[in-house]
Amino acid sequence: MTTPAVSIQALHKNFGSVQALKGIDLEIEQGEFFGLLGPNGAGKSTLINALAGLTRPTSGSLKIMGHDVITNYLEARRRLGVVPQEVVFDPFFSVREALIFQSGYFGLTKNDLWVDELLDTLRLTDKADANMRSLSGGMKRRVLIAQALVHKPLVVVLDEPTAGVDVELRKSLWRFVQSLHKSGHTIVLTTHYLEEAETLCDRIGIIDHGKLITLESKQELMSRGLGQKLTVSSNSPLPDVPTELQRKIVNASEFQLELRLRREQDSVIDILDQLRAANFQIDDIGVETDSLEDIFVQLTSEQAL
Amino acid sequence: MIGCYTLFKKEMARFGKVWFQTVLSPIVTAMLYLMVFSQVLEGRVEVFDGISYTEFLIPGLLMMTVIQNAFANSSSSLIQSKTLGNLLFILVAPISTLQIFLAYTAAAVARGLIVGLGVLLIALLYVEVPVYNFGIIMLFAISSSAVLGALGIIAGIWADKFDQMAAFQNFIIVPLSFLSGVFYSIHSLSGIWQTLSHFNPFLYMIDGFRYGFFGTSDVPVGTSFAVVIVSLTVLSAICYRIIDTGYKLRQ
Ligand SMILES: Nc1ncnc2c1ncn2[C@@H]1O[C@H](COP(=O)(O)OP(=O)(O)OP(=O)(O)O)[C@@H](O)[C@H]1O
Ligand SMILES: [Mg+2]
Repeated sequence: MTTPAVSIQALHKNFGSVQALKGIDLEIEQGEFFGLLGPNGAGKSTLINALAGLTRPTSGSLKIMGHDVITNYLEARRRLGVVPQEVVFDPFFSVREALIFQSGYFGLTKNDLWVDELLDTLRLTDKADANMRSLSGGMKRRVLIAQALVHKPLVVVLDEPTAGVDVELRKSLWRFVQSLHKSGHTIVLTTHYLEEAETLCDRIGIIDHGKLITLESKQELMSRGLGQKLTVSSNSPLPDVPTELQRKIVNASEFQLELRLRREQDSVIDILDQLRAANFQIDDIGVETDSLEDIFVQLTSEQAL
Repeated sequence: MIGCYTLFKKEMARFGKVWFQTVLSPIVTAMLYLMVFSQVLEGRVEVFDGISYTEFLIPGLLMMTVIQNAFANSSSSLIQSKTLGNLLFILVAPISTLQIFLAYTAAAVARGLIVGLGVLLIALLYVEVPVYNFGIIMLFAISSSAVLGALGIIAGIWADKFDQMAAFQNFIIVPLSFLSGVFYSIHSLSGIWQTLSHFNPFLYMIDGFRYGFFGTSDVPVGTSFAVVIVSLTVLSAICYRIIDTGYKLRQ
């Protein structure tokens, strides 16, 4: 068996009386694209900071490619690139200076070619000599990504890299991260957007109140019956719902019908056709994609059972 | 080692970019002291036989400037990086505890020496200063600024806010360096003050440094050097420990 890219055992972290992590066990294989999801304050960043050595675990162990992040921190850090959640920068330097210094911290003296390539891919070339202070928030975030990649780390961890980033940039960031993944990097990312995790990740872990409550492949997670909610309303009273759609009803009133659709199986268009064939006078429709919150509601209520 | 050297270079670049504040302004301050004190006291006070007051003053003033700047460099760099969060870039890098300590201390020493050299060059326009033993001068300049560089690391890591840092600077560093015999020989102090002065480690730095210029001193030069080296050892050990455990840096 190959060494896991990330291996976490019985990880606990307390901040005073706050138990941010309550015993996390997690293994991420080399080459995996892993998504870490969870509500605000769940402990995602704490977990990532512990991996990066930015926070000391209260107990438990963390390894990057088999190297313990505390007892063998030099080896572990050489193999890890972390994009922090909060945008931080050094106002004394330009983008290129920041990247050259970061390369040097990782022992690389002649890294200009790769730095240029990073600048190009992250569309920062024309800002290369601008002071960090003069960059927009999205640009600073891209510099953070570049800084995390100067040493071509095997394991790349991104803590909500798309928070507060416009749609265009978000798409290009994902393309970039996907290309990193294709070229063999192990990717771990946290996000609040289920769609993101869904399209990108092979496996998803959900963390809540410092505990890993779910750890499954995307397929498994999706087969939990998550999908969309279709709301149909009419100005005139609605007829009976066709029998084949009965079991999808969430809520039905005189003028409004709510149906739960499974994303993989049901097509909104087909269902609307079926309704119209059953003489529905549809004046308005709404489609809502299940959010992470819906998953939580479902998972946490399952846990409660 | 490249990581350590890069961090050192980054620290140099940091103060180099604001050289007006970090180099020029302390030189001007030192020159003002020199002008005022030498104007007022020249001819009235003779501390060592055959040495004019201005000559006497210059080494002390130099050393005071060197150590204050060494302290300012590591402390302000660390508290800034900590509050701005960009210390992260160093904390995630494969740079060992010892290397972090060495890089910050070496940059502090370099800043101290550069500012000191500036003061010396301008002072030489004023008055010629004898050199008794250049090796001793450098030995004290380097070891003393290393002590203050290490102290700056401790203060920079310990302080959570800039005003705590300012308090450290204004209530400890400045008074101790002022009251260390820069402007006078401790033999001119009366009983209790003279005794108290002997507890001020800065006194030994300045006294030993001055010995390098004149070949005479208040305290035997070996004692002074021993005090400086012991201070350096103790503070370095504390630095190593707090960086290694991640105190206030890796919560
Ligand atoms: N430095 C700290 N001191 C005290 N408590 C902390 C600290 N860092 C995190 N916490 C607490 O630990 C818990 C987990 O926080 P964490 O930042 O890991 O959450 P998160 O899952 O990343 O949330 P978000 O989605 O908002 O980023 C929270 O209750 C938080 O208040
Ligand atoms: Mg977070």
